[in-house]
Amino acid sequence: MSSTTELRRTPLYERHLTAGARVVPFAGWEMPVQYAGVKEEHLAVRTASGVFDVSHMGEIRTSGPQALDFLQRILSNDVAKIAVGGSQYSVLTKEDGGVLDDLFTYRLADDVYLTVTNASNHEKDLAWFRRWAADFEVEVEDAFDEFAMLAVQGPQARQAVTSVLGYELPKPFRTGGAVWRDADLLVAGTGYTGEDGVELLVPPAIAPELWDELLAAGVQPAGLGARDTLRIEACFHLYGNDLSEDRDPIGAGLGWCCKEDTGFVGSEAVAQARAAGPAHADGLRLVPFRFTDKGIPRPGNPVVGGGVVTSGTFAPSLGVGAGLAYVPQASSEPGTPLEIDVRGRVRPAEVATKPLYRRPQG
Amino acid sequence: MADASYPEDLKYHPEHDWARIDGDTAVFGITWYAQDALGEVVFFDAPEVGATVTKDESYAEIESVKAVSDVIAPLSGEVLEVNPGLEDSPEAVNEDTYGEGWLVKVRLTDPSELDSLLDRDAYVATLD
Repeated sequence: MSSTTELRRTPLYERHLTAGARVVPFAGWEMPVQYAGVKEEHLAVRTASGVFDVSHMGEIRTSGPQALDFLQRILSNDVAKIAVGGSQYSVLTKEDGGVLDDLFTYRLADDVYLTVTNASNHEKDLAWFRRWAADFEVEVEDAFDEFAMLAVQGPQARQAVTSVLGYELPKPFRTGGAVWRDADLLVAGTGYTGEDGVELLVPPAIAPELWDELLAAGVQPAGLGARDTLRIEACFHLYGNDLSEDRDPIGAGLGWCCKEDTGFVGSEAVAQARAAGPAHADGLRLVPFRFTDKGIPRPGNPVVGGGVVTSGTFAPSLGVGAGLAYVPQASSEPGTPLEIDVRGRVRPAEVATKPLYRRPQG
Repeated sequence: MADASYPEDLKYHPEHDWARIDGDTAVFGITWYAQDALGEVVFFDAPEVGATVTKDESYAEIESVKAVSDVIAPLSGEVLEVNPGLEDSPEAVNEDTYGEGWLVKVRLTDPSELDSLLDRDAYVATLD
């Protein structure tokens, strides 16, 4: 984030107000937290379709003959595995293994990649990219202002987007281009809800029109509240809650997207952490959990016997409190009973398997 | 509940609670304004029957998906009943906050406190 304290608005700000949004400050932006209600929007995404304005997220374009070598140096995953038109999740780690951000990278052409950053980390990530880019024949561009971003998610999302764009959509985790009303769009089969759907990276000027068309096609506006409950049920991490510079990716359960043999910055620390076992140096590791009785966990609630809740909510698809918590290694097996101190009242819970919510296979 | 409403026959506390007085007992709940600010209620963390509640102090918590809020006692007393319907249908607080969405019934211990509560118009005036 820049040093200004003035809150920024996405190109869809007026649309949010029109749709009845409750707008709150988030990572330096004025963002819609809900419209009809978190629970209703959550269930709309699980059963039909919802559209999220995620234009606050940042983009960095990396291009040039050594784009791959450069990204391989800083991203934790094996970037060589991304084909043109593909995508990949990874983390950015410091030399000591602490997580700077978690990111999605799309390969747009042989030597052009687009990386999506978290709003609160965009400036930090950009500085990190530029610092390491000095050793490579590569261009790193801040592409933030080039894109608005809409995530259309849910079992009926693809149908709705196809009806609006008139294009065959890319398969899950693949990307494709589309031209809509003379504007070039990037369509990616990604999202962060545990549902099928796409993310649309579009020129900011066209975003309001596209929003209108999606709503006209029956897609429900969904806010950051539902985005959070959906990603918790899917056991996806939120930077700043479940991930931070103080923790390595292994204890956060992200060892799967770290390929130390690529020699990324921080790979030695990550390899050491991996060799030491699945927990962090403090003996804690991140697990999903659900309450077995009443109550709702919130971030910051202590786990009795050590540990802390980092993401907690009422999970609308489960009908109980659930979340992600750092717990001692000895208490990390699925089914292990936990006790969580919710503002002075101890609530029973148990370690769950990932994901907390699994969508019906149909 | 679609439109804001504040019944005439209730007493109000500026922390957005209502009390329906009946002799030496009263039923408490939260106002339309409070349930609207909270969003869809998913959990009422009720006090025990027999618990003492103190005017102007929190006696329970009420939670929506994303937020938790203290519930302030509009008057002092002893809890006689907790709304049993909220266990399975906490959304009644949103749908019918002055009826099915009541929270607790209390035996009042200090009738003089009644004078400090607001009538409908005085409460509504605090909302602007």
